Amino acid sequence: MIAETGHYALVLALGLALIQSFVPLIGARLRDAALMNVARSAALAQLLFVASSFVALVALHVTSDFSVANVYENSHSMKPLIYKITGVWGNHEGSMLLWVAILALFGGLLASVGNNLPLSLRAYVLSVQAWVASAFYLFILATSNPFLRIASPPIEGRDLNPVLQDIGLAVHPPMLYLGYVGFSISFSFAIAALIEGRIDAAWARWVRPWTLVAWIFLTLGIAMGSYWAYYELGWGGWWFWDPVENASLMPWLAGTALLHSALVMEKRNALKVWTILLSILTFSLSLLGTFLVRSGVLSSVHAFASDPTRGVFILMILCVFIGGSLVLYAARASSLKQGGLFAPISREGALVLNNLFLTTACATVFVGTLYPLGLEVLTGEKISVGAPFFNLTFGPLFVPLMIAVPFGPMLAWKRGDLVGAAQRLLAAGGAALVALALAWAWARGGSALAPLAIALAVFVIVGALSDLAERSALFRVPFATAVRRARGLPRSVWGTAFAHAGIGVALIGIVCETTWNSEYIGKIKPQDVAKVAGYELKLEGLTERQGPNYRELTALFDVSLDGQPLRPMTPSKRSFSTRGSSTTEAALLTRGASQLYISLGDMADDGAITVRIYHKPLVLLIWWGPVLMAFGGVLSLSDRRLRVGAPKPARALRGLQAAE
Amino acid sequence: MTLWFVFALMTVAAIFAVLWPLGRHNRPQAEGNETAVYKDQLAEIERDLAAGLIAAAEAEAARVEIGRRLLASAGSEPTPVMRSNLWWRRAVAAFALVGLPLIALAVYFPLGSPQLRDFPLAERTKTPDVKQPLENLVAQVEQHLEKNPTDGRGWNVLAPVLERLGRYSEAVRAYRNSIAYNGENAERRADLGEAIVAAAGGVVTGEAKSEFDRALALNADDPKANYFLGLAAEQDGRTADAAAIWRTLLAKAPTDASWRTLVQASLARVGGAAPALSDETMAAAKEIGEDDRDAMVRGMVERLASRLKQNGSDVDGWLRLVRAYIVMGERDKARNALTDARQAVANDAERLRQLNEGLKNLGLDG
Repeated sequence: MIAETGHYALVLALGLALIQSFVPLIGARLRDAALMNVARSAALAQLLFVASSFVALVALHVTSDFSVANVYENSHSMKPLIYKITGVWGNHEGSMLLWVAILALFGGLLASVGNNLPLSLRAYVLSVQAWVASAFYLFILATSNPFLRIASPPIEGRDLNPVLQDIGLAVHPPMLYLGYVGFSISFSFAIAALIEGRIDAAWARWVRPWTLVAWIFLTLGIAMGSYWAYYELGWGGWWFWDPVENASLMPWLAGTALLHSALVMEKRNALKVWTILLSILTFSLSLLGTFLVRSGVLSSVHAFASDPTRGVFILMILCVFIGGSLVLYAARASSLKQGGLFAPISREGALVLNNLFLTTACATVFVGTLYPLGLEVLTGEKISVGAPFFNLTFGPLFVPLMIAVPFGPMLAWKRGDLVGAAQRLLAAGGAALVALALAWAWARGGSALAPLAIALAVFVIVGALSDLAERSALFRVPFATAVRRARGLPRSVWGTAFAHAGIGVALIGIVCETTWNSEYIGKIKPQDVAKVAGYELKLEGLTERQGPNYRELTALFDVSLDGQPLRPMTPSKRSFSTRGSSTTEAALLTRGASQLYISLGDMADDGAITVRIYHKPLVLLIWWGPVLMAFGGVLSLSDRRLRVGAPKPARALRGLQAAE
Repeated sequence: MTLWFVFALMTVAAIFAVLWPLGRHNRPQAEGNETAVYKDQLAEIERDLAAGLIAAAEAEAARVEIGRRLLASAGSEPTPVMRSNLWWRRAVAAFALVGLPLIALAVYFPLGSPQLRDFPLAERTKTPDVKQPLENLVAQVEQHLEKNPTDGRGWNVLAPVLERLGRYSEAVRAYRNSIAYNGENAERRADLGEAIVAAAGGVVTGEAKSEFDRALALNADDPKANYFLGLAAEQDGRTADAAAIWRTLLAKAPTDASWRTLVQASLARVGGAAPALSDETMAAAKEIGEDDRDAMVRGMVERLASRLKQNGSDVDGWLRLVRAYIVMGERDKARNALTDARQAVANDAERLRQLNEGLKNLGLDG
């Protein structure tokens, strides 16, 4: 009964979404409060039904009900409980259900906390949400139904892909989806604004928390996925410019641009039309990411044909929503009123520059990801666009962006003083030079660009800190007064500083890891010693062990540095006989922010085993950076105060430009 | 019936969610608007100014700018909420009452399976399911092998059963494991080849052929390998070779070999002379499938019995054994097993109770 109830709940959610997608629209046109309020109760009821549908699927997986095809194909009775639960979204059907559940969650949240919105705006936004939801409910029910049954159920399931049997699956997809789907709210707000034909600074104030929430989760989701790949795949790589990764990076870049342009709109009522376009693009890229990952088009263009209905269905959703919203944008954008004015050198100008670089970077990734696919469809020729392409195009775009980052917060609104800002960044520049000198003196080997990149990162970090120091007037007033002023600063200022410093921190990690990473790859016998970056690793022995649904070969390494013994390391290799496949479990030894990394390869007949040992200096900074950024986002989110961009009064009215 | 009752309740809840706001009186509602936002912004400027975050001149400029927005928004505020539009409300209410259940049922009926109840695993292993004794046993052997993958005898037992169940690629893997842990002989190599052929839909692939060649290298007279090499020749279009191989095979075959008929039929297919058959042999040949299958099950049951002899504390195992004997129609053996089981758990009151209850469920005296 659980299975059928879950199925029926999903169907009812579709019915409610259909009603929600037109009744509030009519209500908003007629200015009828009751009809508009249908949006609210329908969104809440939708959340209730989708949530119970999701809970039903979880219950089916936990009790190993193999009469449900989805459970049979992706579960196994001997799997540990945590992987029975996470396995719910470790497959296509279940992950789509999670997608709509999160969509309903955002709709329900907007319905319950959106009392500060004008009634008609809320009705429009929830209607647009319901369009998206209806499309995806139909997609799930028609092509990827997780509740289909098997009349004579098999006694045992086929098990989950072993690589996915990891704690990473519990965290990574839900976070990523919270990010992807969260951007649907800013999309709905944008469409609502276009339909209503009214948009202003208040709009940006209302949409801000939603964009921030989505951005925070997407940042964490991407970082988490990268760390998961790092320790689970056994190659020590953390970013592969793999199309699936790019699919999540594109909405992040566009979403970051959106955050910044919405800031200009909220504070200065400028960049309105551009912000609307970015809202549409960000969610479109999220949809594109879902399409690329879920249609099977990525693993190979030919996998598309293996289940054409799914691919074609998502492609249709994609065309309708992206095409429809862009057409609406083209028709209505010109009717939106222009906003505030600003000079090229100003906070607004800096944010426009940021937007230009971020959207160009996003376009680069877009081309690098989709060009090979398009070429293969048209000519059948297979090319791979990998790290060299992205390093050559993405890198040069990010260097000027990073240089500009500390300047932004230092400039005044409307018209800024570049020389003044540069003077205030003297300390940061000095710190960068010191870092450059130190890095050059210490570096042994590696690219000559690496010390420069580290200097840039230090510039960004110290630049973010000097913004805080500047605002709290540190060094100019007595220390106690400065501390009081610092505590009185809006939390969004602190958030900005943390997020900007986070980029610098991540950059240091990236540069150090790629430049001074040392490795040992080779065969090693018990009692042999491998030497990597001053560490001595002695293979003590190999043992076999039986896990719940796998066999495990574990190696024991004694690690010592300059004769001082450290914690022993135990990398292992698991073989899963149900699927006839194996996974590597790398062993990690953390020293500060650096890590020693061992993963096992194949075993030879003479008892020797292939090992890959890496020493990765400061590698953890790569993920601490995004965590800092997300923390900055949380600080900014917790700042409930209104934001005002106090413009610098004009001395002369020359050099002003229209915002759009 | 309960299921339909739950469905009805859910539908009512969904309809209620739509009707509820329609039925409420049109009290003027607290509604956010832009003016409020701008007023808050003005207040924010005063706070910033007091905290010394912005200069007086900047604050003045900001005040002017926000004041302008405030005026503009007051001019363009949407018209206040109108009185209710009764006709539309009734239409929506009617649609929710009729349309929602109709949509739900129209979508659910073609997709759902309301007649199927849930089958959680725990419930299924408790109640004996006599319809699939073979699948259950296979699953148990698989679980055993999961934990002891080097148990060659286990793979030996499992492989032919998997093949019979049509799980050919799994059978191939089982045969390979059997060879790896039991050592190779002509029979196992030929069995592996046969499974590969089955997995390939009856085509003797190059991979299968090399297995048969290895089998012949170990024992030149192995009938299965010879037969399939003949089949390979036939599929390659070398019918004369095929006929020659099969004729040699028949010449060496013992008169009561169960596979004679098969080879003779194949020989006839490629145009070779097939000697006449006695009706008795034909009848025997038909029985083979059923017999083989029985032999597999028997093998597995015997393994279970010998395991229980060594360790008799497993109540579920005893019950399975007794049930298996009953299913195979061997009531005497079932009785013996029952006595053994009682002896094995006699010292443990809790297990004895479980055993007696289980036996009652099987329809045997407690």
